[in-house]
Amino acid sequence: MAKQNMIELSVGVFIAAGIAALAMLAIQVSNMSSFSDGEGYEVVAKFDNIGGLKVRSPVSMAGVRLGRVIDVSFDQESFEAVVRMRVNNKYNQLPIDTSASIFTAGVLGESYVSLEAGAEEETLKAGDEIEMTQSAVILEQLIGEFMVRSASQD
Amino acid sequence: MLNGLQSMGQRGLSFFSRLGRATLFFLRILAALPSLFLKPRLLVVQLYSVGVLSFQLIAISGLAVGMVLGLQMYNTLVDFGAENSLGPVVALSLVRELGPVLAALLFAGRAGSALTAEIGLMKATEQLSGMEMMAVDPIKRIVAPRYLAGVISLPLLAAIFSAAGIIGSYIIGISLLGIDTGAFWSQMQIKVDWYDDVLNGIIKSIVFGVVATWIAVFEGYDAPPTTEGVSRATTRTVVHTAFAVLGLDFILTALMFG
Repeated sequence: MAKQNMIELSVGVFIAAGIAALAMLAIQVSNMSSFSDGEGYEVVAKFDNIGGLKVRSPVSMAGVRLGRVIDVSFDQESFEAVVRMRVNNKYNQLPIDTSASIFTAGVLGESYVSLEAGAEEETLKAGDEIEMTQSAVILEQLIGEFMVRSASQD
Repeated sequence: MLNGLQSMGQRGLSFFSRLGRATLFFLRILAALPSLFLKPRLLVVQLYSVGVLSFQLIAISGLAVGMVLGLQMYNTLVDFGAENSLGPVVALSLVRELGPVLAALLFAGRAGSALTAEIGLMKATEQLSGMEMMAVDPIKRIVAPRYLAGVISLPLLAAIFSAAGIIGSYIIGISLLGIDTGAFWSQMQIKVDWYDDVLNGIIKSIVFGVVATWIAVFEGYDAPPTTEGVSRATTRTVVHTAFAVLGLDFILTALMFG
């Protein structure tokens, strides 16, 4: 009987250790915050060029992450990229004339949407469109422009 | 020439009949699993011999793999001034690939071979046919608890492997290489995603558990009832599990992260 108890005890410790390892992977190693992204409102923005922006790229204002890009599609009528993003419900005081631009973190870093607050009293609601947008800066275009300019100076 | 053709045909036939037996055997195990609810104690004893006894090997291997990964990655990353990326690199490689795969390979060597030898010897010493004489179904009594214990244990062992590895690289990174603790964890939390990385790794280890334990119990049950037959079956368990796990890992990786 004592041996049977030892077996049950060690199996219990083993299962607990396994669940503790899973909990560590969930809380300490990965970002469980992706669960809280669920409670947010969606806004849309149209860009001429989104560069390297992808689904799940961050959406931030003043460097703080407010949400994520949840869908990227293409509008056949205006030939623009339509970016749908979900902003956390905590941040519901963004003015309606907020503008969006696409930046890159560092030279080779990932692309993200940066929001710039406007001045209106009215706030952004679910389904609203951000009217003022600025496209991604494409590095190759910049280099090309620079080379053409420096060549024409000679 | 004719003999060669004949032996090829024979080999093909025996391969397919083994595959068929293995599939039928798998279905019989599945049918026997509900009966375990009536006798949970059988399962607890098997969890001990399959899971608890593998714990030490898995935890120490995980720690060692994490430490070595930490040391080697650091040497390269420091050239780019990216030593703060050590955390995410180690965590992603452990959680996505190394944890499930290495845990399954070690599991095959530690627990799978023992399962095959145990069931094979029971067959060789006619314990299984003795049970059938007493109207006890050996699949329900012997195979099903061992199978379920393996399927439950491997995902837990893989999670323990990954966690031990991350702790190992943490120890090396912080105490030996002088990486900042906050950067180590926060970079890891930014880069490692619960759904895409951790959950897919867990799904992988469940699939490996189903396959590795299936191979182990089938080889034991199908072994020729001789000393040589059991020893060959034990070897086959380790070899076939290694091939199956590595092949499945490639397919699953292509599906999940492709």
